[in-house]
Amino acid sequence: MNGPLRWLLATVSQLHEETAGVKTISFDVPGWRGHMAGQHVDIRLTAEDGYVAQRSYSLASPAGTDPRIQLTVERVDDGEVSPFLLDELRVGDSIELRGPIGGYFTWSPGTAGPLMLIAGGSGIAPLMSMLRTRALASSRATARLLYSSRSERHIIYRGELDRLRRARDGFVLTHTLTREVPDGWTGERGRIGRPMLMQRGFAPRERPHVFVCGPTPFVDAIADHLVAIGHEESSIRTERFGPTGESK
Amino acid sequence: MHITREFKGKARPDAATRDRLPPGQFVTSDFPILTAGPTQRTGLNDWTLSVQLGGKLLARWDWKEFAALPQTEMKTDIHCVTKWSKLDTRWRGVTIDDLLQAAGLAESPAGFVMAHCDGGYSTNYTIADLIDRRAMVATHYEDSPLPASHGGPARMLVPHLYFWKSAKWVRRLAFKEQNVPGFWESLGYHLRGDPWREQRYSGDE
Repeated sequence: MNGPLRWLLATVSQLHEETAGVKTISFDVPGWRGHMAGQHVDIRLTAEDGYVAQRSYSLASPAGTDPRIQLTVERVDDGEVSPFLLDELRVGDSIELRGPIGGYFTWSPGTAGPLMLIAGGSGIAPLMSMLRTRALASSRATARLLYSSRSERHIIYRGELDRLRRARDGFVLTHTLTREVPDGWTGERGRIGRPMLMQRGFAPRERPHVFVCGPTPFVDAIADHLVAIGHEESSIRTERFGPTGESK
Repeated sequence: MHITREFKGKARPDAATRDRLPPGQFVTSDFPILTAGPTQRTGLNDWTLSVQLGGKLLARWDWKEFAALPQTEMKTDIHCVTKWSKLDTRWRGVTIDDLLQAAGLAESPAGFVMAHCDGGYSTNYTIADLIDRRAMVATHYEDSPLPASHGGPARMLVPHLYFWKSAKWVRRLAFKEQNVPGFWESLGYHLRGDPWREQRYSGDE
C-alpha cells in the first residue's frame, strides 16, 4: 500500500438527480491517489456538537487518477447520512472522504476473459465504474450487464447505458423490470432467475469474471443461482448492502 | 475536524451506548450480511475442524466430536468495519483455549494463527488475540444453530476485533511463527483491526 489513507476534503462540484431518490454527487478531491473500478470510499460527516457519522459509498466514476470523482447515492428513508447527502448538500459544500478502499470487488481492462455484471437497483454504481473504465480504455473485452430495476423510472444511468450499448463494442445490455412493466417493453420482466442468467449471461465454460452488486437478498439469491448453474465460486465476486430483514 | 454544513445527524445514542461504540460506528438492530462471494453450505456430515501447528496436523474433530467439547456462552458487542455495531449478541461455541487443550496443548503456543475457511477466505491473528477466553469457534447464535448466511455451521468469533476477523465457515486453524496477512489484510485492510483504535485499513495507526 502507499501509506495511510488520509482524510481528504472533498468539495461538491455538481449534483445530478438520476431518479427519484437517487443522486450522483461529483466531488473535487485534491490529493486523490486514484482508484480501480469497483472500489469505494468512506465519508465522514461532523455536526457542530462534534457528533460524527461515517458511511461507505461505491465510486461510480471510471478508474484512474482524476481527482474529480463521483458517488451515486440512494436515499435510505430512515437513514442518517443519505437523506443529508440528497437533501442538504449543495454545490460548493465540503465533506471529509478517504479512499480508495477494497481490492477484491475490482476489475481492470487488462483482465483476460469476459465481464459479467449483475446489478440490483443502486447496486449498479460500482458496475457502472467498470463499464465506464472499459469504454474509456476502448477495451474489446466482451461485457454483459443484467440490470434489475423496480420500474422503468427507477433505472439509473439509463441514457448512458444506451449509448454504451449502441457503441457495439462487445457490450450487451439487458434490463429487467420487477414491478411495473410498461406496454411495449422489450426487455426482460421479473426477477433474475436461472433461465435469465443462462440466456443473458455468459456460460460457465466461457469463464467470465462475475460481479454481483445489490441489496443483500438479491445478491444472495443470484450468487446461489450462479453456483447452481455451474459458475466457479471463485469467479463470483459480490457486494451486498442494505438490511437483511433479520434482527437476529 | 471539519464541520459539515447543515449536518445534524440523528438522535444521539445515550451515554451508556456511546461508551460501548468505537469511533465511527453506529448501532444497528439488523444483522447485515457481508461476504466477498457466494454463501458456503457445508453439510454437518462433511464438516471437520483441524488445528495445525507449524504445518503439522495436531487435531481434527468431526461435527459430533466438536459438539462434545466444552461449550461456552458469550454475550458481546460486535463491530463491523463497514461501520455498523450490534450490541449484546449472544453466542455459543468452543473457546480457543478449550480447543487448544483438547488438541493436547497444555500451554498455548507463541506466535500467530491463520483461520482458513470454506470458499477460500482466510484471516490472521496474533495468538494473544485468540486466548484468555476472548475468542471462540461459534456454532450457535441466540440459542439457534448458526445459519449458513451468518457463517454456519461454525465461524470464528473474535469480538474485540472488527468483524471480518470473525471468519465465517471456518475449517482450519494454522498456528505458525509468522504473521501472514489473510484475505482482506492483503487487500488494504488492517493487519490487526482493533475497532477502539479505528484500525480499519492498512496504514491506520
